[in-house]
Amino acid sequence: MASWHLELDGAAVLAGRPGDEGLTQQLLTPLWSKSRLWYVCFALSGAGALLFAFSIAYTVGGGIGLWGNNIPVAWAYAITNFVWWIGIGHAGTFISAFLLLLEQEWRASVNRIAEAMTLIAVAMAALFPVLHLGRPWFAYWLIPYPATTGVWPQFMSALPWDFAAILTYGTVSLLFWYLGLVPDLATARDHSPDRARRLIYGTLALGWRGSARHWQSYRIAYGLLAGIATPLVISVHSIVSMDFAITQLPGWHSTIFPPYFVAGALYSGFAMVLTLLLPLRRAFGLHNVITTKHLDSIGKMMLAMGWMVTYSYVVEIFIAWYSGDPFERYTYLYQRPLGPYAWVFWLMLGCNVLTPQLLWWRRARTSALALFGLAALIQVGMWTERFIIIVTSLSRDFLPSSWHLYAPTWVDWSLLLGSIGFFLFLFFLFLRYLPFIPIAELKRLAHDRSGVA
Amino acid sequence: MRPAPGASALMAEFGSAGELLTAARSLRDLGYVELEMFSPYPLPGAEEVLRLRRPRLPRVVLAAGIAGVALGFGVQWFTNARSYPLDVGGRPRLAVPAWIPITFEIGVLVAALATFFGVLIAMALPRYWHPVFEIDGFERGSSDRFWIGIGSSDPAFDAARSRTELERLNPLRIVATGAPQ
Repeated sequence: MASWHLELDGAAVLAGRPGDEGLTQQLLTPLWSKSRLWYVCFALSGAGALLFAFSIAYTVGGGIGLWGNNIPVAWAYAITNFVWWIGIGHAGTFISAFLLLLEQEWRASVNRIAEAMTLIAVAMAALFPVLHLGRPWFAYWLIPYPATTGVWPQFMSALPWDFAAILTYGTVSLLFWYLGLVPDLATARDHSPDRARRLIYGTLALGWRGSARHWQSYRIAYGLLAGIATPLVISVHSIVSMDFAITQLPGWHSTIFPPYFVAGALYSGFAMVLTLLLPLRRAFGLHNVITTKHLDSIGKMMLAMGWMVTYSYVVEIFIAWYSGDPFERYTYLYQRPLGPYAWVFWLMLGCNVLTPQLLWWRRARTSALALFGLAALIQVGMWTERFIIIVTSLSRDFLPSSWHLYAPTWVDWSLLLGSIGFFLFLFFLFLRYLPFIPIAELKRLAHDRSGVA
Repeated sequence: MRPAPGASALMAEFGSAGELLTAARSLRDLGYVELEMFSPYPLPGAEEVLRLRRPRLPRVVLAAGIAGVALGFGVQWFTNARSYPLDVGGRPRLAVPAWIPITFEIGVLVAALATFFGVLIAMALPRYWHPVFEIDGFERGSSDRFWIGIGSSDPAFDAARSRTELERLNPLRIVATGAPQ
């Protein structure tokens, strides 16, 4: 495999002409080899996971009075974190499903990582509303089961909508991810160095043998799931945005929310994909399968999403002025840019509107370092955006006598940091134990390009 | 369902996808109908060579999606309009717009579950043992080796003649598998 060149080549999705066995060996190496770097990452993120477990136990034990939430700001960090995580969870399915339908070749090597990111992010997101219930052991009340009281969930509320959306999204993401994994699990089974791992991967691979009939059904099912998942991605954040949009609160009651939220979700999701992908590419030397073409494409997507988000900000402010509604005008024209949370608002604008403009330059889109920095800023920006939406509108609504400012407590912070730690912890486990670059799909790509009919 | 070729079959191993497809075409032209190919990744053109029928999965998924929509809508109607009518903000009993999100989500959920379990049924998986796994070195079939098998129940099959015909295709080797006990 001496011909694998690592230099930057503009258009290639797959650099060099890797042989099939060479590709298998390269992509399975992380499963068999031990690396000190991995243990360090595992330990650090494990500490974050412990912090998360502790914060959850503390919250459940003591009640959500331990958070800074109160009336009128009853949502605050929990819902900000929820919307942020579920937004991050959008890019995975978007990359896997939507770009599959558009036959974008570059998705092939990043889709598995993005899907795993989605699954884990959705799991993080789902925890926050449940914790926010205060009595999380009653979460099952959201399910319409025949209770002796004869009472059912109230389906005209946005909260059961959320529950259905997250449940469906989590399940479909899991099925899509697992179905995509099956042929690669068979490859892992066949390359396992010992019997224990052969049994584990073999069990997970379901007895896959790569027959033409299997491949035919498999590809049809994969395409079907992609077709199902694409409208689903759009629906999930639309439904999340309805938690806000169907209320009367100034700053929330707006019809632009669903597309605005979907664009923001993909924006932060692509940023998270980059945050995970770039160090990974470096650590495992994956420059031949994650090329500058990938970085360039993701950079362009982020620029496009950044402009959609910017457009939404502008339209929101314009409509607030144009509506003539004094409360809307106060929220958008005074409270957000000049009120007590003004610095968060300007931080949001700086991160979400200014930073992506660097992506106009090809140099920025192809530099791993620049992209990593940009992605981090965009994630901060998207978190602050949700904070601004939730906290400014709640803290000052119609009646000045009910105004109250919000400040987070240390428990709020430790839950946010802990969820990031737990997210990374699960992600590192995924990297260690599952083939994180789709092997069969990359081989098909190499095959298609070699021109053999 | 007819027995999977390979249950008792003559298998030939090739080193590349191109050779496998060429071999499959020649065998098809020789009149074999019970052929099966094994490859580490999906081969474009395999379906035409083996003349596989298009699976019915898409129609099953459509039906499941429609059933899911009916289920999602039905549960909301039954619970909030029939069993325990709720007046929320003066909305009519049949609050269709407010039920659309969940109706859509449950439709998607049921369709996705049908796709996943439907394809497992179509592929007859999980199936942890198969005669081809008895072949020494079949492991490379999931990495860089390509196999074709002629089922012994094929009307054109004849152990000696088929072996010669396979040999003419220049495989790496030929293995008989799953001989009838």
